Amino acid sequence: MKTGDNKTHRRWHIAVFMVPALLVYTAIMILPIFATMQMSLFTDIEQTQVYVGLKNFRTLFLDEHWSDHFWNALGNNTWFFIIHMAVQNPIGILLAAILSSPRLRFAAFYRTVFIIPAILSFVIVGFAWKLILSPLWGIAPWMLDSVGLKSLFAPWLGKEEYALTTLALVSVWQFIGIPMLLIYAALLSIPEEVLEAGECDGITGASAFWKIKLPLILPSIGIISILTFVGNFNAFDLIYAAQGALAGPNYSTDILGTFMYRTFFGNQLQLGDANMGATIASAMFVIILIGVCFYLFAIQRRLRRYEF
Amino acid sequence: MNKARTSISRSFAAHTVLLSYTLLALFPVFVIIANSFKARKAIFRHPLQPPNADSFSLIGYETVLKQGDFFLYFQNSMIVTVASLFFILLFGSMAAFALAEYRFKGNAFLGLFLALGIMIPIRIGTVAILKLMVATGLVNTLTALILVYTAQGLPLAVFILTEFMQQVSKDLKDAGRIDGLSEYAIFFRLVLPLVRPAMATVAVFNMIPIWNDLWFPLILAPSEATKTLTLGSQVFIGQFVTNWNAVLAALSMAILPVVTLYAIFSRQLIRGITSGAVK
Repeated sequence: MKTGDNKTHRRWHIAVFMVPALLVYTAIMILPIFATMQMSLFTDIEQTQVYVGLKNFRTLFLDEHWSDHFWNALGNNTWFFIIHMAVQNPIGILLAAILSSPRLRFAAFYRTVFIIPAILSFVIVGFAWKLILSPLWGIAPWMLDSVGLKSLFAPWLGKEEYALTTLALVSVWQFIGIPMLLIYAALLSIPEEVLEAGECDGITGASAFWKIKLPLILPSIGIISILTFVGNFNAFDLIYAAQGALAGPNYSTDILGTFMYRTFFGNQLQLGDANMGATIASAMFVIILIGVCFYLFAIQRRLRRYEF
Repeated sequence: MNKARTSISRSFAAHTVLLSYTLLALFPVFVIIANSFKARKAIFRHPLQPPNADSFSLIGYETVLKQGDFFLYFQNSMIVTVASLFFILLFGSMAAFALAEYRFKGNAFLGLFLALGIMIPIRIGTVAILKLMVATGLVNTLTALILVYTAQGLPLAVFILTEFMQQVSKDLKDAGRIDGLSEYAIFFRLVLPLVRPAMATVAVFNMIPIWNDLWFPLILAPSEATKTLTLGSQVFIGQFVTNWNAVLAALSMAILPVVTLYAIFSRQLIRGITSGAVK
Protein backbone atom coordinates (compact mmCIF):
# COMPACT_ATOMS: atom_id res chain seq x y z
CA MET A 1 0.00 0.00 0.00
CA LYS A 2 2.72 2.32 0.99
CA THR A 3 4.88 1.63 -2.06
CA GLY A 4 1.75 2.21 -4.15
CA ASP A 5 1.37 5.65 -2.59
CA ASN A 6 4.97 6.34 -3.21
CA LYS A 7 4.60 5.39 -6.85
CA THR A 8 1.63 7.65 -7.52
CA HIS A 9 3.46 10.38 -5.66
CA ARG A 10 6.41 9.93 -7.97
CA ARG A 11 4.27 9.92 -11.09
CA TRP A 12 2.92 13.34 -10.23
CA HIS A 13 6.39 14.81 -10.54
CA ILE A 14 6.80 13.40 -13.98
CA ALA A 15 3.47 14.84 -15.06
CA VAL A 16 4.29 18.27 -13.65
CA PHE A 17 7.62 18.27 -15.50
CA MET A 18 6.21 17.00 -18.80
CA VAL A 19 2.82 18.68 -19.12
CA PRO A 20 3.73 22.33 -19.83
CA ALA A 21 5.97 21.47 -22.78
CA LEU A 22 3.59 18.83 -24.12
CA LEU A 23 0.60 21.13 -23.79
CA VAL A 24 2.11 24.10 -25.62
CA TYR A 25 3.73 21.91 -28.28
CA THR A 26 0.62 19.84 -28.94
CA ALA A 27 -1.88 22.70 -28.83
CA ILE A 28 0.08 25.26 -30.86
CA MET A 29 2.05 23.06 -33.23
CA ILE A 30 0.83 19.47 -33.68
CA LEU A 31 -2.94 19.98 -33.55
CA PRO A 32 -2.86 23.00 -35.91
CA ILE A 33 -0.78 21.03 -38.42
CA PHE A 34 -3.38 18.24 -38.33
CA ALA A 35 -6.24 20.74 -38.41
CA THR A 36 -4.66 22.39 -41.44
CA MET A 37 -4.47 19.08 -43.25
CA GLN A 38 -8.07 18.37 -42.30
CA MET A 39 -9.14 21.78 -43.64
CA SER A 40 -7.62 20.87 -46.99
CA LEU A 41 -10.38 18.25 -47.34
CA PHE A 42 -13.17 20.78 -46.95
CA THR A 43 -14.45 23.69 -48.95
CA ASP A 44 -16.43 26.75 -48.05
CA ILE A 45 -19.91 26.84 -49.57
CA GLU A 46 -21.98 29.79 -48.39
CA GLN A 47 -20.00 30.00 -45.17
CA THR A 48 -20.40 26.37 -44.16
CA GLN A 49 -17.57 23.88 -44.41
CA VAL A 50 -18.46 21.01 -46.73
CA TYR A 51 -16.39 17.84 -47.01
CA VAL A 52 -15.08 17.36 -50.54
CA GLY A 53 -12.39 14.71 -50.13
CA LEU A 54 -9.35 15.29 -52.32
CA LYS A 55 -11.08 17.70 -54.67
CA ASN A 56 -8.94 20.65 -53.51
CA PHE A 57 -5.81 18.75 -54.42
CA ARG A 58 -7.23 17.90 -57.85
CA THR A 59 -7.92 21.61 -58.32
CA LEU A 60 -4.43 22.53 -57.16
CA PHE A 61 -2.65 20.06 -59.43
CA LEU A 62 -4.92 20.05 -62.50
CA ASP A 63 -7.26 23.06 -62.69
CA GLU A 64 -5.47 25.55 -64.91
CA HIS A 65 -6.26 28.57 -62.69
CA TRP A 66 -4.37 26.92 -59.88
CA SER A 67 -2.01 24.38 -61.35
CA ASP A 68 0.00 26.90 -63.39
CA HIS A 69 0.80 28.78 -60.19
CA PHE A 70 1.43 25.66 -58.19
CA TRP A 71 3.85 24.02 -60.62
CA ASN A 72 5.51 27.37 -61.21
CA ALA A 73 6.05 27.82 -57.46
CA LEU A 74 7.24 24.24 -57.04
CA GLY A 75 9.65 24.57 -59.97
CA ASN A 76 10.99 27.88 -58.67
CA ASN A 77 11.36 26.38 -55.22
CA THR A 78 13.33 23.47 -56.65
CA TRP A 79 15.62 25.85 -58.53
CA PHE A 80 16.05 27.88 -55.33
CA PHE A 81 17.15 24.68 -53.58
CA ILE A 82 19.48 23.61 -56.41
CA ILE A 83 21.28 26.99 -56.31
CA HIS A 84 21.76 26.61 -52.56
CA MET A 85 23.17 23.11 -52.93
CA ALA A 86 25.40 24.04 -55.86
CA VAL A 87 26.76 27.33 -54.51
CA GLN A 88 26.30 27.54 -50.75
CA ASN A 89 27.67 24.13 -49.82
CA PRO A 90 30.83 24.07 -52.01
CA ILE A 91 31.80 27.61 -50.97
CA GLY A 92 30.99 26.78 -47.35
CA ILE A 93 33.20 23.70 -47.53
CA LEU A 94 36.02 25.64 -49.20
CA LEU A 95 35.96 28.37 -46.55
CA ALA A 96 35.80 25.79 -43.76
CA ALA A 97 38.71 23.84 -45.24
CA ILE A 98 40.84 26.98 -45.38
CA LEU A 99 39.77 28.07 -41.90
CA SER A 100 40.60 24.72 -40.37
CA SER A 101 44.16 24.64 -41.67
CA PRO A 102 46.54 24.51 -38.72
CA ARG A 103 48.29 27.67 -37.50
CA LEU A 104 46.02 29.97 -39.48
CA ARG A 105 46.05 33.46 -38.02
CA PHE A 106 42.86 35.44 -37.33
CA ALA A 107 40.70 32.31 -37.69
CA ALA A 108 38.38 33.50 -34.91
CA PHE A 109 37.97 36.87 -36.62
CA TYR A 110 36.99 35.32 -39.96
CA ARG A 111 34.66 32.89 -38.23
CA THR A 112 32.87 35.71 -36.48
CA VAL A 113 32.55 37.87 -39.60
CA PHE A 114 31.23 35.11 -41.85
CA ILE A 115 28.24 34.60 -39.54
CA ILE A 116 27.20 38.27 -39.51
CA PRO A 117 24.94 38.06 -42.62
CA ALA A 118 23.09 35.13 -41.06
CA ILE A 119 22.04 37.14 -38.02
CA LEU A 120 20.45 39.92 -40.07
CA SER A 121 16.74 39.65 -40.77
CA PHE A 122 15.47 38.86 -44.26
CA VAL A 123 13.96 42.33 -44.35
CA ILE A 124 17.36 43.96 -43.94
CA VAL A 125 19.07 41.58 -46.34
CA GLY A 126 16.32 41.84 -48.95
CA PHE A 127 16.24 45.63 -48.98
CA ALA A 128 19.98 46.10 -48.67
CA TRP A 129 20.62 44.00 -51.78
CA LYS A 130 17.67 45.55 -53.56
CA LEU A 131 19.26 48.96 -53.04
CA ILE A 132 22.73 47.78 -54.03
CA LEU A 133 21.51 46.10 -57.21
CA SER A 134 19.17 48.95 -58.06
CA PRO A 135 20.02 50.75 -61.32
CA LEU A 136 18.73 53.93 -59.64
CA TRP A 137 21.45 54.00 -57.01
CA GLY A 138 24.05 52.60 -59.31
CA ILE A 139 26.43 50.85 -56.91
CA ALA A 140 26.42 47.57 -58.82
CA PRO A 141 26.87 49.14 -62.30
CA TRP A 142 29.55 51.46 -60.92
CA MET A 143 31.48 48.52 -59.47
CA LEU A 144 31.20 46.52 -62.68
CA ASP A 145 32.30 49.59 -64.61
CA SER A 146 35.43 49.93 -62.51
CA VAL A 147 36.54 46.48 -63.66
CA GLY A 148 35.41 47.13 -67.22
CA LEU A 149 32.39 44.87 -67.16
CA LYS A 150 29.60 47.42 -67.21
CA SER A 151 27.96 45.73 -70.18
CA LEU A 152 27.17 42.78 -67.90
CA PHE A 153 24.90 44.87 -65.70
CA ALA A 154 21.17 44.35 -65.86
CA PRO A 155 18.44 45.21 -63.36
CA TRP A 156 18.65 41.64 -62.14
CA LEU A 157 15.78 41.76 -59.68
CA GLY A 158 13.47 43.27 -62.26
CA LYS A 159 14.07 40.74 -65.04
CA GLU A 160 11.99 37.59 -65.12
CA GLU A 161 14.89 35.41 -66.22
CA TYR A 162 17.34 36.57 -63.52
CA ALA A 163 15.25 37.57 -60.49
CA LEU A 164 14.89 34.13 -58.87
CA THR A 165 18.54 33.20 -59.31
CA THR A 166 19.59 36.59 -57.93
CA LEU A 167 17.42 36.13 -54.83
CA ALA A 168 18.70 32.58 -54.35
CA LEU A 169 22.26 33.93 -54.44
CA VAL A 170 21.34 36.63 -51.93
CA SER A 171 19.97 33.89 -49.67
CA VAL A 172 23.19 31.92 -50.17
CA TRP A 173 25.17 35.02 -49.23
CA GLN A 174 23.12 35.32 -46.07
CA PHE A 175 23.35 31.73 -44.84
CA ILE A 176 26.75 30.53 -45.97
CA GLY A 177 28.19 30.90 -42.47
CA ILE A 178 26.02 28.12 -41.04
CA PRO A 179 27.22 25.25 -43.29
CA MET A 180 30.71 26.69 -43.04
CA LEU A 181 30.66 26.43 -39.24
CA LEU A 182 29.19 22.91 -39.24
CA ILE A 183 31.79 21.67 -41.73
CA TYR A 184 34.50 23.51 -39.81
CA ALA A 185 33.47 21.70 -36.62
CA ALA A 186 33.48 18.36 -38.44
CA LEU A 187 36.93 19.02 -39.90
CA LEU A 188 38.36 19.94 -36.51
CA SER A 189 36.99 16.76 -34.96
CA ILE A 190 38.94 14.51 -37.33
CA PRO A 191 41.54 12.80 -35.12
CA GLU A 192 45.12 13.90 -35.65
CA GLU A 193 46.26 10.26 -35.96
CA VAL A 194 44.15 9.70 -39.06
CA LEU A 195 45.80 12.62 -40.84
CA GLU A 196 49.26 11.59 -39.65
CA ALA A 197 48.69 8.08 -40.94
CA GLY A 198 47.83 9.62 -44.28
CA GLU A 199 50.97 11.74 -44.21
CA CYS A 200 53.08 8.64 -43.68
CA ASP A 201 51.57 7.28 -46.87
CA GLY A 202 52.43 10.52 -48.64
CA ILE A 203 48.89 11.91 -48.71
CA THR A 204 49.09 15.62 -47.88
CA GLY A 205 47.59 18.94 -48.89
CA ALA A 206 44.78 18.84 -51.42
CA SER A 207 44.80 15.09 -51.82
CA ALA A 208 44.49 14.68 -48.05
CA PHE A 209 41.37 16.79 -48.31
CA TRP A 210 39.79 14.75 -51.12
CA LYS A 211 40.87 11.32 -49.94
CA ILE A 212 40.66 11.57 -46.15
CA LYS A 213 38.76 14.61 -44.93
CA LEU A 214 35.93 14.78 -47.44
CA PRO A 215 34.73 11.19 -46.87
CA LEU A 216 34.84 11.83 -43.13
CA ILE A 217 32.71 14.98 -43.27
CA LEU A 218 30.05 13.47 -45.55
CA PRO A 219 27.62 13.01 -42.60
CA SER A 220 27.85 16.75 -41.87
CA ILE A 221 27.24 17.52 -45.54
CA GLY A 222 24.18 15.27 -45.34
CA ILE A 223 22.81 17.17 -42.34
CA ILE A 224 23.45 20.50 -44.05
CA SER A 225 21.65 19.28 -47.16
CA ILE A 226 18.51 18.26 -45.30
CA LEU A 227 18.50 21.47 -43.24
CA THR A 228 18.83 23.44 -46.48
CA PHE A 229 16.01 21.42 -48.04
CA VAL A 230 13.58 22.02 -45.16
CA GLY A 231 14.57 25.69 -44.92
CA ASN A 232 14.20 26.29 -48.67
CA PHE A 233 10.82 24.60 -49.08
CA ASN A 234 9.55 26.59 -46.12
CA ALA A 235 11.07 29.92 -47.21
CA PHE A 236 9.00 33.05 -47.56
CA ASP A 237 10.51 36.09 -45.86
CA LEU A 238 13.26 37.04 -48.29
CA ILE A 239 11.02 36.87 -51.37
CA TYR A 240 8.27 38.76 -49.57
CA ALA A 241 10.67 41.44 -48.31
CA ALA A 242 12.32 41.97 -51.68
CA GLN A 243 9.50 41.36 -54.18
CA GLY A 244 6.26 41.57 -52.18
CA ALA A 245 3.44 39.02 -51.96
CA LEU A 246 3.02 38.94 -55.74
CA ALA A 247 6.58 37.60 -56.07
CA GLY A 248 7.22 39.58 -59.25
CA PRO A 249 8.17 40.18 -61.93
CA ASN A 250 5.25 38.13 -63.25
CA TYR A 251 5.45 35.48 -60.49
CA SER A 252 8.98 34.57 -61.56
CA THR A 253 10.16 34.50 -57.93
CA ASP A 254 7.04 32.81 -56.54
CA ILE A 255 7.84 29.90 -54.23
CA LEU A 256 5.51 27.68 -52.19
CA GLY A 257 5.64 29.96 -49.11
CA THR A 258 4.61 33.10 -51.00
CA PHE A 259 2.02 31.14 -53.00
CA MET A 260 0.46 29.84 -49.78
CA TYR A 261 0.48 33.31 -48.20
CA ARG A 262 -1.17 34.87 -51.24
CA THR A 263 -3.78 32.14 -51.47
CA PHE A 264 -4.60 32.25 -47.78
CA PHE A 265 -4.85 36.03 -47.44
CA GLY A 266 -5.79 37.00 -50.96
CA ASN A 267 -4.37 39.97 -52.83
CA GLN A 268 -5.46 42.55 -55.35
CA LEU A 269 -6.48 39.85 -57.81
CA GLN A 270 -8.33 37.32 -55.68
CA LEU A 271 -10.05 36.80 -52.34
CA GLY A 272 -8.34 34.83 -49.60
CA ASP A 273 -9.23 31.14 -49.44
CA ALA A 274 -8.36 29.38 -46.19
CA ASN A 275 -9.13 25.92 -47.55
CA MET A 276 -6.91 26.28 -50.60
CA GLY A 277 -4.24 27.81 -48.35
CA ALA A 278 -4.48 24.71 -46.18
CA THR A 279 -4.26 22.54 -49.29
CA ILE A 280 -0.99 24.19 -50.35
CA ALA A 281 0.32 23.84 -46.78
CA SER A 282 -0.49 20.13 -46.87
CA ALA A 283 1.32 19.76 -50.18
CA MET A 284 4.34 21.49 -48.59
CA PHE A 285 4.08 19.14 -45.63
CA VAL A 286 4.16 16.10 -47.92
CA ILE A 287 7.13 17.48 -49.90
CA ILE A 288 9.11 18.18 -46.73
CA LEU A 289 8.18 14.78 -45.30
CA ILE A 290 9.34 13.00 -48.47
CA GLY A 291 12.64 14.89 -48.32
CA VAL A 292 13.19 14.12 -44.63
CA CYS A 293 12.31 10.42 -45.07
CA PHE A 294 14.57 10.16 -48.11
CA TYR A 295 17.39 11.61 -46.02
CA LEU A 296 16.74 9.42 -42.98
CA PHE A 297 16.30 6.14 -44.82
CA ALA A 298 18.35 6.45 -47.98
CA ILE A 299 21.20 8.82 -47.15
CA GLN A 300 21.88 8.85 -43.43
CA ARG A 301 22.05 5.03 -43.21
CA ARG A 302 24.68 4.79 -45.86
CA LEU A 303 26.72 7.58 -44.30
CA ARG A 304 26.79 6.10 -40.85
CA ARG A 305 29.63 3.71 -41.57
CA TYR A 306 32.03 6.64 -41.92
CA GLU A 307 31.54 7.71 -38.32
CA PHE A 308 34.18 6.93 -35.74
CA MET B 1 63.81 26.71 -47.97
CA ASN B 2 61.54 25.67 -50.78
CA LYS B 3 59.10 24.20 -48.31
CA ALA B 4 58.99 27.41 -46.29
CA ARG B 5 58.27 29.41 -49.42
CA THR B 6 55.33 27.21 -50.43
CA SER B 7 53.92 27.48 -46.95
CA ILE B 8 54.13 31.29 -47.08
CA SER B 9 52.54 31.48 -50.51
CA ARG B 10 49.91 29.06 -49.29
CA SER B 11 49.01 31.10 -46.28
CA PHE B 12 48.97 34.20 -48.52
CA ALA B 13 46.46 32.46 -50.80
CA ALA B 14 44.37 31.41 -47.81
CA HIS B 15 44.22 34.93 -46.44
CA THR B 16 43.38 36.33 -49.87
CA VAL B 17 40.35 34.04 -50.15
CA LEU B 18 39.25 34.69 -46.58
CA LEU B 19 39.71 38.44 -46.83
CA SER B 20 37.77 38.69 -50.07
CA TYR B 21 34.93 36.79 -48.49
CA THR B 22 35.12 39.08 -45.45
CA LEU B 23 34.71 42.06 -47.79
CA LEU B 24 31.76 40.40 -49.52
CA ALA B 25 30.10 39.61 -46.18
CA LEU B 26 30.54 43.08 -44.74
CA PHE B 27 30.15 45.23 -47.85
CA PRO B 28 26.31 45.51 -47.87
CA VAL B 29 26.24 46.30 -44.15
CA PHE B 30 28.91 48.96 -44.60
CA VAL B 31 27.16 50.56 -47.59
CA ILE B 32 23.84 50.78 -45.74
CA ILE B 33 25.22 52.20 -42.49
CA ALA B 34 27.67 54.62 -44.13
CA ASN B 35 25.04 56.06 -46.43
CA SER B 36 22.44 56.37 -43.70
CA PHE B 37 24.52 59.24 -42.27
CA LYS B 38 24.73 61.14 -45.54
CA ALA B 39 22.66 63.78 -47.27
CA ARG B 40 20.58 62.66 -50.22
CA LYS B 41 22.88 64.15 -52.85
CA ALA B 42 25.95 62.43 -51.44
CA ILE B 43 24.13 59.10 -51.26
CA PHE B 44 23.72 59.15 -55.01
CA ARG B 45 26.89 60.89 -56.05
CA HIS B 46 29.44 58.97 -53.96
CA PRO B 47 27.68 55.88 -52.61
CA LEU B 48 30.91 54.17 -51.57
CA GLN B 49 32.40 57.05 -49.61
CA PRO B 50 32.02 57.16 -45.84
CA PRO B 51 30.26 60.31 -44.60
CA ASN B 52 32.49 63.38 -44.20
CA ALA B 53 31.91 66.84 -42.78
CA ASP B 54 30.32 67.96 -46.04
CA SER B 55 27.95 65.10 -46.62
CA PHE B 56 27.06 64.23 -43.01
CA SER B 57 23.35 64.41 -42.29
CA LEU B 58 20.91 62.88 -39.84
CA ILE B 59 17.81 63.72 -41.86
CA GLY B 60 16.99 60.04 -42.40
CA TYR B 61 17.02 59.28 -38.69
CA GLU B 62 14.87 62.35 -37.99
CA THR B 63 12.25 61.13 -40.47
CA VAL B 64 12.27 57.63 -39.06
CA LEU B 65 11.95 58.75 -35.46
CA LYS B 66 9.13 61.15 -36.38
CA GLN B 67 7.16 58.71 -38.51
CA GLY B 68 7.61 55.24 -37.13
CA ASP B 69 7.24 54.16 -33.55
CA PHE B 70 10.54 52.31 -33.50
CA PHE B 71 10.92 52.34 -29.75
CA LEU B 72 7.59 50.58 -29.40
CA TYR B 73 8.57 48.04 -32.09
CA PHE B 74 11.87 47.46 -30.36
CA GLN B 75 10.13 46.96 -27.03
CA ASN B 76 7.68 44.49 -28.61
CA SER B 77 10.52 42.49 -30.14
CA MET B 78 12.32 42.47 -26.81
CA ILE B 79 9.23 41.27 -24.90
CA VAL B 80 8.45 38.55 -27.44
CA THR B 81 12.03 37.28 -27.67
CA VAL B 82 12.77 37.31 -23.94
CA ALA B 83 9.44 35.78 -22.92
CA SER B 84 9.65 33.06 -25.59
CA LEU B 85 13.22 32.18 -24.56
CA PHE B 86 12.13 32.04 -20.92
CA PHE B 87 9.32 29.57 -21.64
CA ILE B 88 11.38 27.51 -24.09
CA LEU B 89 14.10 27.11 -21.46
CA LEU B 90 11.77 26.54 -18.50
CA PHE B 91 9.35 24.08 -20.15
CA GLY B 92 12.07 22.54 -22.29
CA SER B 93 14.41 21.82 -19.40
CA MET B 94 11.56 20.46 -17.26
CA ALA B 95 10.51 18.02 -19.98
CA ALA B 96 14.13 17.14 -20.72
CA PHE B 97 14.69 16.39 -17.03
CA ALA B 98 11.65 14.10 -16.90
CA LEU B 99 12.76 12.26 -20.05
CA ALA B 100 16.34 11.89 -18.87
CA GLU B 101 15.70 11.13 -15.22
CA TYR B 102 12.63 8.94 -14.88
CA ARG B 103 11.67 5.65 -16.41
CA PHE B 104 7.97 5.70 -17.12
CA LYS B 105 5.54 4.30 -19.63
CA GLY B 106 5.63 6.31 -22.81
CA ASN B 107 9.04 7.85 -22.18
CA ALA B 108 10.46 6.82 -25.55
CA PHE B 109 7.24 7.68 -27.33
CA LEU B 110 7.08 11.18 -25.85
CA GLY B 111 10.71 11.81 -26.74
CA LEU B 112 10.03 10.82 -30.33
CA PHE B 113 6.79 12.81 -30.41
CA LEU B 114 8.62 15.97 -29.33
CA ALA B 115 11.46 15.29 -31.76
CA LEU B 116 9.00 15.37 -34.70
CA GLY B 117 8.92 19.13 -34.46
CA ILE B 118 12.64 19.46 -35.15
CA MET B 119 12.19 18.65 -38.82
CA ILE B 120 8.63 19.79 -39.47
CA PRO B 121 8.25 23.56 -39.68
CA ILE B 122 5.45 25.07 -37.60
CA ARG B 123 4.51 27.32 -40.53
CA ILE B 124 2.71 24.39 -42.12
CA GLY B 125 0.02 24.83 -39.47
CA THR B 126 -0.38 28.59 -39.95
CA VAL B 127 -3.94 28.47 -41.33
CA ALA B 128 -5.22 26.62 -38.27
CA ILE B 129 -3.03 28.60 -35.85
CA LEU B 130 -4.61 31.83 -37.06
CA LYS B 131 -8.07 30.27 -36.64
CA LEU B 132 -7.16 29.20 -33.11
CA MET B 133 -5.87 32.65 -32.21
CA VAL B 134 -9.01 34.29 -33.62
CA ALA B 135 -11.20 31.89 -31.64
CA THR B 136 -9.32 32.58 -28.38
CA GLY B 137 -9.14 36.32 -28.97
CA LEU B 138 -5.35 36.31 -29.07
CA VAL B 139 -4.95 37.85 -32.51
CA ASN B 140 -2.93 41.05 -32.36
CA THR B 141 -1.46 40.24 -28.97
CA LEU B 142 2.16 39.53 -28.16
CA THR B 143 0.93 36.45 -26.27
CA ALA B 144 0.05 34.78 -29.58
CA LEU B 145 3.61 35.26 -30.83
CA ILE B 146 5.14 34.07 -27.55
CA LEU B 147 3.01 30.89 -27.65
CA VAL B 148 3.96 30.13 -31.25
CA TYR B 149 7.68 30.70 -30.73
CA THR B 150 7.64 28.64 -27.55
CA ALA B 151 6.03 25.73 -29.39
CA GLN B 152 8.48 26.16 -32.26
CA GLY B 153 11.54 26.21 -30.00
CA LEU B 154 10.61 23.36 -27.64
CA PRO B 155 11.47 20.30 -29.79
CA LEU B 156 15.14 21.17 -30.36
CA ALA B 157 15.48 22.48 -26.78
CA VAL B 158 14.19 19.22 -25.30
CA PHE B 159 16.40 17.21 -27.63
CA ILE B 160 19.61 19.08 -26.74
CA LEU B 161 18.87 19.43 -23.03
CA THR B 162 17.96 15.75 -22.60
CA GLU B 163 21.43 14.77 -23.78
CA PHE B 164 23.04 17.12 -21.26
CA MET B 165 20.75 16.09 -18.39
CA GLN B 166 21.79 12.47 -18.91
CA GLN B 167 25.38 13.44 -18.15
CA VAL B 168 24.59 14.95 -14.73
CA SER B 169 26.03 12.67 -12.07
CA LYS B 170 23.58 10.25 -10.53
CA ASP B 171 25.37 10.33 -7.17
CA LEU B 172 24.70 14.03 -6.81
CA LYS B 173 20.97 13.57 -7.30
CA ASP B 174 20.85 10.57 -4.96
CA ALA B 175 22.75 12.51 -2.31
CA GLY B 176 20.12 15.22 -2.63
CA ARG B 177 17.34 12.66 -2.25
CA ILE B 178 18.97 11.25 0.90
CA ASP B 179 19.13 14.78 2.29
CA GLY B 180 15.37 14.90 1.82
CA LEU B 181 15.22 17.25 -1.15
CA SER B 182 12.02 16.99 -3.17
CA GLU B 183 12.27 16.10 -6.87
CA TYR B 184 11.51 19.76 -7.70
CA ALA B 185 14.36 20.96 -5.51
CA ILE B 186 16.69 18.45 -7.11
CA PHE B 187 15.76 19.78 -10.54
CA PHE B 188 15.84 23.51 -9.77
CA ARG B 189 18.67 23.62 -7.21
CA LEU B 190 21.00 20.79 -8.27
CA VAL B 191 20.51 20.01 -11.96
CA LEU B 192 19.62 23.36 -13.55
CA PRO B 193 22.80 25.18 -12.45
CA LEU B 194 24.85 22.35 -13.93
CA VAL B 195 23.29 22.52 -17.40
CA ARG B 196 23.56 26.30 -17.71
CA PRO B 197 26.01 26.13 -20.65
CA ALA B 198 23.57 23.96 -22.60
CA MET B 199 20.74 26.36 -21.76
CA ALA B 200 22.81 29.26 -23.11
CA THR B 201 23.37 27.37 -26.35
CA VAL B 202 19.65 26.70 -26.74
CA ALA B 203 18.88 30.35 -25.98
CA VAL B 204 21.30 31.67 -28.58
CA PHE B 205 20.04 29.23 -31.21
CA ASN B 206 16.46 30.39 -30.71
CA MET B 207 17.08 34.08 -30.19
CA ILE B 208 17.99 35.09 -33.74
CA PRO B 209 15.19 33.31 -35.64
CA ILE B 210 12.60 34.67 -33.20
CA TRP B 211 13.92 38.22 -33.38
CA ASN B 212 14.09 38.14 -37.19
CA ASP B 213 10.82 36.34 -37.96
CA LEU B 214 8.53 38.14 -40.36
CA TRP B 215 5.90 35.46 -41.05
CA PHE B 216 4.08 35.17 -37.71
CA PRO B 217 4.12 38.89 -36.77
CA LEU B 218 2.71 39.60 -40.23
CA ILE B 219 -0.07 37.05 -39.84
CA LEU B 220 -0.85 36.94 -36.12
CA ALA B 221 0.00 40.42 -34.81
CA PRO B 222 0.14 43.07 -37.57
CA SER B 223 -1.58 45.82 -35.54
CA GLU B 224 0.30 49.05 -34.86
CA ALA B 225 0.55 48.33 -31.11
CA THR B 226 2.02 44.83 -31.51
CA LYS B 227 4.39 45.20 -34.49
CA THR B 228 7.83 43.75 -33.93
CA LEU B 229 10.93 45.55 -35.13
CA THR B 230 11.26 43.23 -38.14
CA LEU B 231 7.67 43.77 -39.27
CA GLY B 232 7.82 47.46 -38.37
CA SER B 233 10.84 48.07 -40.56
CA GLN B 234 9.29 46.05 -43.40
CA VAL B 235 6.12 48.17 -43.34
CA PHE B 236 8.00 51.42 -42.82
CA ILE B 237 10.39 50.78 -45.69
CA GLY B 238 7.48 49.77 -47.90
CA GLN B 239 5.86 53.14 -47.28
CA PHE B 240 9.00 55.22 -47.71
CA VAL B 241 10.43 53.45 -50.74
CA THR B 242 11.38 56.71 -52.44
CA ASN B 243 12.80 58.40 -49.36
CA TRP B 244 16.28 56.91 -49.46
CA ASN B 245 17.51 58.68 -46.34
CA ALA B 246 14.66 57.27 -44.30
CA VAL B 247 14.98 53.76 -45.73
CA LEU B 248 18.72 53.61 -45.08
CA ALA B 249 18.28 54.97 -41.56
CA ALA B 250 15.51 52.45 -40.82
CA LEU B 251 17.69 49.60 -42.08
CA SER B 252 20.62 50.76 -39.94
CA MET B 253 18.40 50.97 -36.89
CA ALA B 254 17.21 47.42 -37.53
CA ILE B 255 20.78 46.18 -37.99
CA LEU B 256 22.08 47.74 -34.78
CA PRO B 257 20.26 45.62 -32.14
CA VAL B 258 21.06 42.24 -33.74
CA VAL B 259 24.69 43.11 -34.30
CA THR B 260 24.94 44.23 -30.66
CA LEU B 261 23.31 41.01 -29.48
CA TYR B 262 25.66 39.07 -31.73
CA ALA B 263 28.72 40.88 -30.40
CA ILE B 264 27.67 39.81 -26.91
CA PHE B 265 26.76 36.22 -27.72
CA SER B 266 28.88 35.30 -30.76
CA ARG B 267 31.29 33.13 -28.81
CA GLN B 268 28.41 31.22 -27.28
CA LEU B 269 26.76 30.81 -30.69
CA ILE B 270 29.87 29.57 -32.42
CA ARG B 271 30.66 27.28 -29.54
CA GLY B 272 27.11 25.95 -29.71
CA ILE B 273 27.27 25.13 -33.42
CA THR B 274 30.74 23.65 -33.24
CA SER B 275 30.07 22.12 -29.80
CA GLY B 276 32.96 20.02 -28.64
CA ALA B 277 35.16 20.58 -31.63
CA VAL B 278 36.36 24.10 -30.85
CA LYS B 279 38.12 24.15 -27.54
